[in-house]
This record gives sequence, structure tokens and C-alpha cells, in this order.
Amino acid sequence: MEIFDTFFNLPVLIRTFPLLLSGLWITLQIGVVSILAGLVAGLGLALVRLYAAGWLRFLARLYIDVMRSIPLLVLLIIIYYALPFVGIRLSPFLSAVAALSLVSAAYTAEIFRAGIEAIPRGQFEASEALGLGVRHKMVDVILPQAIRIVIPPLTNNCINVMKDTALASVVAMPDLLKQATQAQALSANPSPLIGAALIYLAILWPLVAAVSRLERRYGKDR
Amino acid sequence: MPGYIHIRNLKKSFGSFTALHGIDLDIAEGEVVCVIGPSGSGKSTLIRCINLLEDYAADSTITVGGTPVQRGRALEKVRADVGMVFQSFNLFPHLTVLRNVMLAPMRVRHLPEAEAEQRARELLRRVGIGEQADKFPGKLSGGQQQRVAIARALAMEPKVMLFDEPTSALDPEMVGEVLDVMKSLAGTGVTMLVVTHEMGFARQVADRVIFMDGGRIVESGTPAQIFDTPQEERTRNFLGAVLNH
Ligand SMILES: Nc1ncnc2c1ncn2[C@@H]1O[C@H](COP(=O)(O)OP(=O)(O)O)[C@@H](O)[C@H]1O
Ligand SMILES: [Mg+2]
Repeated sequence: MEIFDTFFNLPVLIRTFPLLLSGLWITLQIGVVSILAGLVAGLGLALVRLYAAGWLRFLARLYIDVMRSIPLLVLLIIIYYALPFVGIRLSPFLSAVAALSLVSAAYTAEIFRAGIEAIPRGQFEASEALGLGVRHKMVDVILPQAIRIVIPPLTNNCINVMKDTALASVVAMPDLLKQATQAQALSANPSPLIGAALIYLAILWPLVAAVSRLERRYGKDR
Repeated sequence: MPGYIHIRNLKKSFGSFTALHGIDLDIAEGEVVCVIGPSGSGKSTLIRCINLLEDYAADSTITVGGTPVQRGRALEKVRADVGMVFQSFNLFPHLTVLRNVMLAPMRVRHLPEAEAEQRARELLRRVGIGEQADKFPGKLSGGQQQRVAIARALAMEPKVMLFDEPTSALDPEMVGEVLDVMKSLAGTGVTMLVVTHEMGFARQVADRVIFMDGGRIVESGTPAQIFDTPQEERTRNFLGAVLNH
């Protein structure tokens, strides 16, 4: 079978598997760090966007809209290739993490904002009437309820960030995709690319299924 | 002498609509005051100004126990001393009944957990739902939820309790159990301001009844004065409409 020799060449796959694994490790690092940074920054941004003084709120909104409009690849290339002209030189890893977190923070902020805004006014009023300060009102009452609402869209965002890590290969980051293309060149056979695609699927498919499950469950008890 | 709750020239607008036209009201410590009046007359707005859930005009004055009710450091202190019970309960759905009652004493009064729990269980017993302590609010009936809400407010050992139509969202058969809890509270030294359509409760429990209409206090007096010999036409019309149903 010629197709198998071309796309699922087992000897090639076995030979290049360690390379793919090292790429996967980098991909996971970029993804996880970006997701966590995006979550923290996104929550802060959402709170600023909702509750800060007028001009800060405006800046948060501006940031969110800009970051949701700019193509991620363009942002990444600006960070990696343009910032050195003003003396800011980031490693490929940091460039990728920076671009991904900056954008993820904007999406995360919108998700958190929608979650917080979905909490009924009475919850805020009951907290305030009890004398709870802003911090306790948010931490003990509002956010625990908002978290339940935002878990499906946040997981979706994680999936997107994970997928977008593949863009890091354009700044010479040896991530999963980059290693796969290199292995393909070395062995003059595209099987490593197929291998990489299968690894992406193996990681992300369960997450996609989990989101569907969460959304279905969430849809039920509403 | 200014009352424990002291309200002078209270004005409140929503945009161009004036909801309160300069209310003057003094309520003594331990007094039970019921506020009645047609829907939209400003009853909720009045009591929501007392703990600043609504902002009011800058030239109006509200003090509670001598402390001005305004934005700033003192506000949380005032709110801690002023309990509120809402028409729609507003229990925290993600916390058990017990945790609902324990939260504010722990976070605001800095009560140790064990002490907060003991106080919460005692209060829940007092309002007749001791056995439901570990359930989530969603599992309780409306009447039970409202009694939890009362216990939650009482756990702060408030000087003042504000009630905004606490029985209006309840099925008729559950109104009594909530009113009973409120009755047991009257005369314990807690100052109570109760917006209600339960005229029987007002007559029996109130020291004073206030009739509001169109953002003004039209008439106020003892329950006997308001219900038996109302002086104002508007009061008579309102009572006529309410009591004949
Ligand atoms: N948030 C708001 N925005 C605009 N108008 C409001 C708002 N809250 C209350 N009002 C208006 O103020 C008036 C008094 O309302 P309210 O105090 O709730 O009356 P009551 O409790 O006596 O039924 C009503 O006409 C109502 O429509
Ligand atoms: Mg009302």
C-alpha cells in the first residue's frame, strides 16, 4: 500500500517519535504558561473593565477590543521581529507566550465579564447589605457562582490557545509542529506531520468532548 | 431629638423621574414601623436608601445611630448594623444554608468559624429550620428560604432590620410562618422598618404605620389611627381597595 508507506510509514514514525515528543513538551509548556497567564490577567482585566474608574475602564476596553481584532500571527511577528528595533529582544519562547497570553487575556476578560454580569443583582445587593467589602463580595459570593458559568467558554479558550501554539513554529520555536516539519525534511517522508496531527488530536479532542458535556449538563439545570 | 434612624429631606431621582420628594422620618431605637402604600409609591426606594443600596440626593441626610449613611469607610460598618430582607430572598445558592448564615459574621465581624457555626445553628433553630442547615437553599421552600434570609441578617446582630415585602413572593400558605418569625422579633430591641401588604401584621405588630403615595409620606400614626380613622382621602382609598380583597 503506497498510501501507508507515504503517510503512515511506521519505521519513519518510530525513528522521529522522540523528536515529536520533545516538540510536544515545548508545545505544552507554551500552552500551559500562556493559559495560566491569560487567566490571571483576564480576570484582572474583567474587573477593571467592570468596576474601575472611567478612564481605566476605557483603557481596558480598548485593550480587549484591539487584542481581539489583531491576527495572532501578526502580533507574534511584531513581538519577535519588530520589537528588537526598539531594544526589546524576547526569546522565541517568550515571544510566543507573550503573544498568546496577551490575546488570551482579552478573550478571557470578556468571558469573565459575561459570567459576572450573569449573576443576578440581588446577589450583589445581599452581599452589600450584609456589610461585605468588595473583596469578600467578589471572592465569596460572586466569583464562585460566575466560575460555574464560565467553565465551558474558558475551556474553549484553552483549546484555542493550545491550537494557536503551533504558530510559535514561525519564530523558530522547536514546538510540535516545527519538529514535525523538520523530521519530515530529514526523512523525506510526511509521516511525522501526520504523527503530529494525531498528537494534537489526542490532546484536544478530549477537551472538545468535555466542553460539549459541560455545556449539555449546564444547559440542563438551567 | 433625632431618631435612631434619622431621615431629613430625602430626595431620590431616577433620571428625570423623582421617586422620593423630600422624606422626613425619625424612627426610635426598638420601634417597629410598617410602611404601606400602592405599588410604585417609593417604599422600596425609601428603605434601600437607608443602607445605600440606592444613592440619594446630595442635600439629603440619613443617619443610623448617629453615623451618616454615605460612601466611605463608615458605610460597611453601617451596613453591618443594618440587616435587610428582600422580597426575592437573595440567598447565596452556592453555599449551604449554614454557610449562608455564617459568611458575614466570619468575614465582617471576624468571628471564629466554630463560634459563627454555633450562632448560625442557634438562629436557624430559632426560625424553625434547624434540620435544614446542611441543605442548599434551592432545596428549600420559599417560606423556609425567607426564614434563612432572616437568620442570615440576624447573625450580624443588627441594630436595625429592613424588610422589603418579605412575604410578597411566597405562596399564601407560607406567609404565616415568615410573619411569625418577624413577630417574634418585634419588641426584642431591634428597630424594624417593614414594607408590607400584610395589613393584619401591621395592625398587630407595628408601633407606627406610614402610608406612602407618589414618593411622599401622606400620613403616619398608630395602627388604630391609620386603619380605623385615616385622615387623608388617599389613605382611605388605598385601604378601601386593599382591605376589600
Ligand atoms: N432602578 C430604577 N430605575 C428607574 N426607576 C425606578 C428604579 N427603581 C424604582 N424606580 C421607580 O421609582 C418609583 C418607586 O419605586 P419603588 O420604590 O420600587 O416603589 P414601591 O416599592 O413602593 O413599589 C417607581 O415609579 C419605580 O418605577
Ligand atoms: Mg417595592
